[in-house]
Amino acid sequence: MTLLEVAELRAGYGPVQVLHGVDFSVNEGEVVVILGANGSGKTTTLRALSGILPARGTVRFEGRSIGGQRPEKTAQGGIAHVPQGRGTLTDLTVEENLRLGAYCRRDSRVDRDVGYWYEVFPRLGDRRTQPGGSMSGGEQQMLAIARAMMSNPKLLLLDEPSLGLAPIITQELFRVLSKLNASDGLSMLVVEQNAGLALGIATRGYVLESGSIAVSGSAAELAADDDVRKAYLGI
Amino acid sequence: MSGVKRVAGWVLAFVGVAVALLLAIRILTQSLDLFDGLFNDPNKASTIDLFTEALYIGIAAMGLNILTGYNGQVSLGHGAFFGVGAYTSAILMFDHGWAYLPTLPVAGVICLFVGVLVGIPALRVKGLYLALVTLGLSVVFPDLTKRFVNGTGGTNLLSLKTEQISPPDWYDWFADPIADPLTDYVGSRDQWAFWLSFVIAVITLLCVWGIARSRFGRALIAVRDHEAAAVTVGIDLARVKVSAFAISAFFAGLAGSLSVLVSRLANAGKVETFQLSILLLVAVVVGGTATVWGPIIGAFVVVFAQDWIGEQETLTDLLDAERAKLLSPALFGIALIIMMYVLPDGIVGGARRGLRALRRPRAAPSDA
Amino acid sequence: MDQFLQHLMNGIEAGVIYASLALALVLIFKTTGILNFAQGEMALVSTYFTWKLAEWGLPVWVAILVSVGVSFVGGALIERVVIRPVEQSSPLVIVIVTIGLFLALNSLAQVIFGTDAHLMPRAYPNESWDLLGVNVEADTLVLIAVLAVECVVLWYLLQRTKVGLALRGVASNPESSRLVGVPVGSMLMFGWGLAAALGALAGSLVVPTTAGLTAGSMQSILVFAFAAAALGGFDSPLGAVVGGLIVGVAQSLTTAYVDWLNDIEIIVPFGLILVVLLIKPAGLFGKVRVERV
Repeated sequence: MTLLEVAELRAGYGPVQVLHGVDFSVNEGEVVVILGANGSGKTTTLRALSGILPARGTVRFEGRSIGGQRPEKTAQGGIAHVPQGRGTLTDLTVEENLRLGAYCRRDSRVDRDVGYWYEVFPRLGDRRTQPGGSMSGGEQQMLAIARAMMSNPKLLLLDEPSLGLAPIITQELFRVLSKLNASDGLSMLVVEQNAGLALGIATRGYVLESGSIAVSGSAAELAADDDVRKAYLGI
Repeated sequence: MSGVKRVAGWVLAFVGVAVALLLAIRILTQSLDLFDGLFNDPNKASTIDLFTEALYIGIAAMGLNILTGYNGQVSLGHGAFFGVGAYTSAILMFDHGWAYLPTLPVAGVICLFVGVLVGIPALRVKGLYLALVTLGLSVVFPDLTKRFVNGTGGTNLLSLKTEQISPPDWYDWFADPIADPLTDYVGSRDQWAFWLSFVIAVITLLCVWGIARSRFGRALIAVRDHEAAAVTVGIDLARVKVSAFAISAFFAGLAGSLSVLVSRLANAGKVETFQLSILLLVAVVVGGTATVWGPIIGAFVVVFAQDWIGEQETLTDLLDAERAKLLSPALFGIALIIMMYVLPDGIVGGARRGLRALRRPRAAPSDA
Repeated sequence: MDQFLQHLMNGIEAGVIYASLALALVLIFKTTGILNFAQGEMALVSTYFTWKLAEWGLPVWVAILVSVGVSFVGGALIERVVIRPVEQSSPLVIVIVTIGLFLALNSLAQVIFGTDAHLMPRAYPNESWDLLGVNVEADTLVLIAVLAVECVVLWYLLQRTKVGLALRGVASNPESSRLVGVPVGSMLMFGWGLAAALGALAGSLVVPTTAGLTAGSMQSILVFAFAAAALGGFDSPLGAVVGGLIVGVAQSLTTAYVDWLNDIEIIVPFGLILVVLLIKPAGLFGKVRVERV
C-alpha cells in the first residue's frame, strides 16, 4: 500500500526554483533512497515534504493531502525528519533531546522508549546528562535518529546521515537503520550521496538530476545500471 | 616612519578635500544665489539648524556604522562619545579661551583615545553583553560630567557666548553676514555651522567609502562574519576590533563637537544621552547597516521624521496640545517598527533590492 | 555594626526590586533569544492597569491578579503582532523593533493615564519591624517571598514540565523543535506572555515602594535590571536574582561608605558588570556555549 505519494513537487529558495516537478512514492514497509549529485535538489525535496519550505504540487500521506502543511503538523501526522547537519538542540542535554522528540506523544511509555534508545546507542546512555552540542558528529547523528524515532513515526525522512562521519560509524548507523526496517517494518525515505551503502538497505531508489527524477527502479536495478554505477558508485 | 607618513598623507588629504569643498561652496553660494531662500531668510533659521543636526547625527552614525555595521559590534554607548566631543570643545572654549575651529580635531582625537580605552575591554565581551556594557557608558557618562564639570550654577551645563561660536573672520569671504537689526539675527552663524558640518560629513563619507573598500574594511567584515576564520587567515583580531571602536568614537567626537555650534551648549542628561545612543543606532539601521550612504540617509530621515511628526496639525486637532506632544514619540516608535517590517535591510538595502528586481525581469519557469 | 546591617538590608530591598524585573528579561531571552528593551515599559503599562483597577474599587490583590492575567494575554499578542514579522531578521533589527515598542508604550501610557504622579496602593499593610536593631520593611519581605515563589515556579516549569522543555527547545533550535512537532509560534507567544505577567507582578509590587507611579517609574529600574541580568548571565533565572542582589547591595554599601563616589554611584553596577564579564564573558551563572563544528 502506498504510504507517501508525491506528484509534480515544485519548490525553491526565493526566486530560484530548485525542484521542477518531482514524482515518487514510498510504500509501507519500504526503504526508498534518493540519489543525486550536490545541488540536484535532494535536501530541498525533504524540506518541501516536511513543510519547512513552501512547495507546490501534490503530497499525499496515508491518502490524505499534506501539501503546504506547517512542519509541526507534518510531525504530528507521523513523519519524522532527521535534518541535514543533525539539527542537535545544542543547549539541551542528550536526555532532553530525546524527550523533546516525544513532544507529540500523549502515552506514558516515553520513559521506556528513552531507555530503549540508550540500549540501541549505548554511547547516548553514557552521555545522557551532557549538552547535545558537546558530542561528536557521529554521536549527534545517533541522537538525531533516536530523537526522530521517539515520536513513533510511520515514516522516517533521513537527510544524508553519512555526511561528515567516519566510514565505520556510517556502517554502524546503516546497520541500525536496516534493522529498524526489518524488525519494526518502519518506512524510510533516505537521501544519500553514499550510494553503495544506501542501495544496500533500500527496496527501491530514484536518481534526482537538476530538480527532476531521471532514473527510477528497484535497488538491485539501480545498482546494476551502468550510468548510476559510473556516477554514484564510482565503479 | 611609514606610519607617520601615512598619517601625514591622511591629514593632507583631509585638508585638501576640505579646501576643495569650501571653494565649491563659495562658487555655489555666491554666484548662483541658489540657497538664498533657505539660508538668508531669518524665518528659516530653525530649518537650517535641522539640516545641520541631521548632518552631525549622520557623521556620528557613519562612524557607528564602521563598528556596528561593518564590524558587527553593537554599541549603545556612542551618545557618550558624542558627549565627550561636545564637552571637549566647550571646555576648551569656556575655560581656556580657544577659538572653535582648533577644538574640533582635538575633540575627535580625545574620543579616539577614549574609544581605544573602551575597545580593549570590549574584546572579551560580545554581542548582547557588549551592548549592555556600552549601555553602561551612556548611563555613567552624565553622572561623570555632573561630578567633574563645573558649569553654570554648579550644574554640568556649559553654555557658550555668541562670539565663541561665531564663524572665524575668513568665513566672511564666503558669505556676507546677513544681519537683521529687528530680530537680532545673524544668519552667517547658522550658515557657518551648516557648511562646516557639511564639509566634515562629506569627508566622513569619503573615509567610510575608502575604509569599506580597503584591506582593513575587508578585515572588519571578516571578523564580523566569522571570527575564527578571520584569525586563521592572519587577521589581528584585537587590532581590528579596537581600531573599529576608536574610529567610530573619533567620528562621534567630531559630531559632538559640531553639535555645540547649534545648541550653543554642552549638556548631558541621562535620558538624552541614552536617547542619542539609540538614535544613532536607529539612523544606521534605518538607512542600511554596512552601506556607505545608509547612515547619513538614515540620519536625515530620522531627524526630519521626528520634527515632522512633532508638527502634525491633525494631531493637535484630535487631542489637546499637551497630549499631542506626548503622542509624538509613540508615532515615531510605530513608524520605526513599520519601517523594520517593510525594509529590514534599511533604505539603501531596500533600494538595492528594488533596482535588482527591476533590472532582471522575473525568469520564466523553465519546466520544459 | 547595626548601621552596616541596615545598609545591607536597604541593599537587599533594592536588589529584589531589580531582580524581579531581571527575571522577566531573562525569561524572554532564555525562551526566544531576544533582549527586550520594552520589558520595563510593558511592566509600566501593566502597573498603570493595576492602579486603574484599584482606583475603580477592586481590592488591590484582585487588581494585581487581573492585571497579571491581562498582561499575559497582552505579552502574547505583542509577540504575535509586533515581533513575529521580524522574527527571521537580524538581531539588530529586532533590537530596533523593541526600542520602537519602548517609545510607543511609554508615550501611550502618558497619553492615556496622564503625566501626574499617582499614588500606588499596597496590597498589604505597610509595616516594619525591628529585628536585631535592623529595620525590616514589609515591602522587602513580600518582595523576597514573591521572588522566591517565582523562582521555584519558573524552575519547575522550565526544568520539569513538557512545556518548559519545548520552550527551551525552541530557544536552542527552532527548526529542530518544529520538526518534532513543537508549535514554535505558540511557544514564543507563551514565553512573551509569561515575561509580561512577571513584569506586571514586579511593577505592581515595586511601584508602591517608590515615590509614585509616573511614566519614568520603570526606566531606572530597567537599567539596573539589565545590569543584574548581565551580571548573573542572561540565560540563568538564578543568575538574575543573585545579580540583582549584588547590584543592590553594592550600590547601597558604596553610597554609605565610599564618599568619593557620591553622585556617581551608578559606576558601581556597571563597573561590576565589566569586571565580571572580563572574567566570565557569559556572566556568573551563564552557560558558555560549547559547540562542535
